[in-house]
Amino acid sequence: MKIISKLWLFIGVLIILSPLGLLLPEHFKAGSAWGEWGTGQMQELLGYIPKGLGKLSNLWSAPIPDYAFKGWEDKPLSSLSLAYISSAVIGVLICVVVVFILGKFLKK
Amino acid sequence: MHIPDGYLGPSTCGFLYLIMLPIWTAASRIVKKTLDSRQVPLLAIGAAFSFVIMMFNVPIPGGTTGHAVGGVLVAILLGPWAACIAITVALVIQSLLFGDGGITAIGANCFNMAFVLPFAGYYIYKAISYKAPIDSRRRVVAAGIAGYIALNISAGITGFMFGIQPMLYKTANGAALYCPYGLNVALPAMLGEHLLLFGWVEAIVTALVIKYLQKHALELLAEGRKIQ
Repeated sequence: MKIISKLWLFIGVLIILSPLGLLLPEHFKAGSAWGEWGTGQMQELLGYIPKGLGKLSNLWSAPIPDYAFKGWEDKPLSSLSLAYISSAVIGVLICVVVVFILGKFLKK
Repeated sequence: MHIPDGYLGPSTCGFLYLIMLPIWTAASRIVKKTLDSRQVPLLAIGAAFSFVIMMFNVPIPGGTTGHAVGGVLVAILLGPWAACIAITVALVIQSLLFGDGGITAIGANCFNMAFVLPFAGYYIYKAISYKAPIDSRRRVVAAGIAGYIALNISAGITGFMFGIQPMLYKTANGAALYCPYGLNVALPAMLGEHLLLFGWVEAIVTALVIKYLQKHALELLAEGRKIQ
């Protein structure tokens, strides 16, 4: 197999394994990354939500927030894992499409 | 390390967009000079790899999570300028589509993860592996050390950006407007967790892939084959 195909296969394996990035933190009761709290968590941590932060935090409503489909927040981990894998597939595909489009402009 | 919307004030965000503009321009100009159409798939793999490796959140039990960026590996394989473009693509998609990293902070996040990280990693790798044969063990070690140090530099700068916010912006009665934690909290928090755990993840991922490529695709590691 050519190395390029092997590298794509490697990306594929990473996509399939990606729910580990969801399940391990869950298992070890780890919260969000430092400085990436939502406003709810901020309220808990600090007792208030900084004014500017509260205003800006809802500026953008991402179509697949936190790699989970909207309304799936309370679904079991198995569904969330599926959403996570789907997000990885979608994200990787878009990365590839964008780079190939950029490549049209960037190649010498 | 993906700074969300609302943690950095408007002028900080604007300033970092302004800094990134010439960097993105230079990156496209330099990559344009050197990019062969056969190398576009490799660039796409670089962006895809960085995108997906950042989804692997690693927990500190009972604490926070963090992840590798994969940017040092991409920089070693494609050169820092091409890596800058690949990681920028991944970060913009993460922000717009998945809300991972704020849209106002794309400049900041790209500065940390798509500029500082690949450049620091690339030059540390180059320095340590100076004159080492392409299949030598020293290159694997160099890749690991570069991954560890570069991720930590990047985390340190992220912590610095968080930490200066309370000094820059506050209400009349002194309450924080954006990130409420100063340098004394943000810097040790960001640096500590990356020194302790996440830096090692970047180190191991980078070193293992380089080791694998030494065995199976030495040509990818050869100088001169690089996009830049």
